Amino acid sequence: MSDVAERVKKIVIEHLGVDADKVVDSANFIDDLGADSLDTVELVMAFEEEFGVEIPDESAEGIVTVGDAVKFLEKATAKA
Amino acid sequence: MFDLNHRVALVTGASGGLGASIARALHKQGAKVVLSGTRREALDALAAELGERAFVVPCNLSDAAAVEKLVPEAEALAGPLDILVNNAGVTRDGLFMRMKDEDWSTVLTVNLESAFRLARAAVKGMMKRRHGRIINITSVVGVTGNPGQANYCASKAGLIGMSKALAAEIAARGITVNCVAPGFIASPMTDVLNDKQKESILGAIPRGEMGKGDDIAAACVYLASEEAGYVTGQTLHVNGGMAMI
Repeated sequence: MSDVAERVKKIVIEHLGVDADKVVDSANFIDDLGADSLDTVELVMAFEEEFGVEIPDESAEGIVTVGDAVKFLEKATAKA
Repeated sequence: MFDLNHRVALVTGASGGLGASIARALHKQGAKVVLSGTRREALDALAAELGERAFVVPCNLSDAAAVEKLVPEAEALAGPLDILVNNAGVTRDGLFMRMKDEDWSTVLTVNLESAFRLARAAVKGMMKRRHGRIINITSVVGVTGNPGQANYCASKAGLIGMSKALAAEIAARGITVNCVAPGFIASPMTDVLNDKQKESILGAIPRGEMGKGDDIAAACVYLASEEAGYVTGQTLHVNGGMAMI
């Protein structure tokens, strides 16, 4: 697992209080991990802080699974 | 009860009478207070009076860029914000048909839009800490209306609606959002009224006298406290009975 993926999963586990084995790439934040819309906003803010990047609303809307977040942040941090 | 030790509060409009009363009351309960307003000397004088746990960050609330910086600056000085009191307000009274665009937008910008920006900035940290108190000072006229104050009434009614929406969004995170609605409070704003106006106002107040800044401050202390954690999205009217809503 990449460093980015590990950090993303750590944030998701801590924030949503879910078991680590549930936080797989295909896990949907809302449907599979029990997040509500406010949780998703908080997750995006936590990602921004952890990775020092800005996630515009248009991109945030596309981040619905753990894998989406990892993919986005791998790309964003590779650019930086 | 109502212990605010180790809490950090930002009060806007603290260079005015009402804001100063609110800041004093929060400070008296143990909170660190960040005093914001436009008049530096008045803020410095209040900070000197309060002594420890008082900080000054002047800000012009009609300047959006300055407003965006206020919460980060306050937090850099005093620590993470627990309590935000949006108290600052201006009036540009005039009859509706003659009201200028500028008078409308100034009042809406200072009274409503700055409260939105400050709350948005403050909520970020409060969400993480799962605790926060946002108190918006509205007015009885935001509910009852008042001739000559369409802009002011709109801004104050706007605060009530905004508070309710935000309260619903963030209640689950331990953050409450409430309004305090003063009636007629003796202040420079009411001092300009003539005797006849004052007489007719007092006639409409069952309590028979104007309120004091301390009456509003006490309501703020309550809403800022741990004890008020189950109260959110509400408007607490402090008006001597002049409007029972």
